[in-house]
Amino acid sequence: MRRFALLVCTLSAAAALAAGEPEFKLSLENHKFTPDRIEVPAGKKVKLLVENKDATPAEFESESLKVEKVIPGKGKATVFVGPLKAGEYKFVDEYNEKTANGTLVAK
Amino acid sequence: MFGTALIVFREVLEAALIVGIVSAATRGIAGRARWIVGGLLAGLVGAALVAAGAGALSQLAEGMGQELFNATILGVAVLMLAWHNIWMSSHGQALAANAKELGGDIRAGARELSVLLVVVAAAVLREGSETVLFLYGVAVSGETSASTMMTGGAVGIAGGVLVGYLLFRGLLRIPLKWFFTATSALVLVLAAGMAAQAARFLIQADMLPSLASPLWDTSAIVSNGSMTGKVLQGLMGYDARPSGMQIAFFVAVLLVIGAGMAWVKRRPPATSP
Repeated sequence: MRRFALLVCTLSAAAALAAGEPEFKLSLENHKFTPDRIEVPAGKKVKLLVENKDATPAEFESESLKVEKVIPGKGKATVFVGPLKAGEYKFVDEYNEKTANGTLVAK
Repeated sequence: MFGTALIVFREVLEAALIVGIVSAATRGIAGRARWIVGGLLAGLVGAALVAAGAGALSQLAEGMGQELFNATILGVAVLMLAWHNIWMSSHGQALAANAKELGGDIRAGARELSVLLVVVAAAVLREGSETVLFLYGVAVSGETSASTMMTGGAVGIAGGVLVGYLLFRGLLRIPLKWFFTATSALVLVLAAGMAAQAARFLIQADMLPSLASPLWDTSAIVSNGSMTGKVLQGLMGYDARPSGMQIAFFVAVLLVIGAGMAWVKRRPPATSP
């Protein structure tokens, strides 16, 4: 799968873009997500890039998205979700659930 | 403090359930307490190391080091539990029949217990490192005093350990006639559940296809965030929205270990391990 993606990449940058999963960025600062509401296409695997700008570690977690990943302080993490059915999916930083929460909307 | 305690409790719970089952399942094997404590200590040291190296770990394998690490730890635990169950299906009857004779079987016991030491260590390592990271975050953020954090952490850990201990005591009340059948069944389901969780991490890392996700959704009945959900997740890898791949892993491990147990049981009882 990965090798295939690489091959496509060398053939044509445009084709590589088409083959890769759409990417979405999220960041955590002062234990809050920006944006705290993010829209992604339904029925497709999606790549989420989460950056933790705080000095303390976070655990990016979503029951409904089936994601659980520790992000070190000042660190970044990549997670793959989906393909998702249309709907709303909540996510949190489990270590700071009260402030750090957001919703992903699949359309 | 309560918030800290609750989060720590949730993290510790899964490991505590595993240790509770393993402690019960090794009933009657000489020297098991030493090995279980050894596993706990090894797991705690490992957890601290993993927490300290979390930054480096997450950079490995194109940012998927953490998923691979979790899947590997779970995979090792599955192998060990499989070995345990298959071994037990040839020795369990003998253990139940004559607990006194066990002293003579120390070599087999030691090998068996070293396997369970790995399971205990793996469980503590995985859940413990997250607890350490969380407590570290609380400590660094300086929002709560060190003593509040320590109290919260201690209450959470104590709560988790208590649940594990209650499970252990509860299992010991099962009549000896049924005891090994019951613990074998628990270990079998535990191993299959761990395999399903390993599959989940590999899907998250995009190393396995999810094969229809979710296959079903029971989150309205028991969500993974609820206490019941957490306990079921610890005991059998319960996932309210499992993917096809998770179910495939669960069933495959169930069948393979089950077949191994049946095969060993059919052979005449082994005189030496």
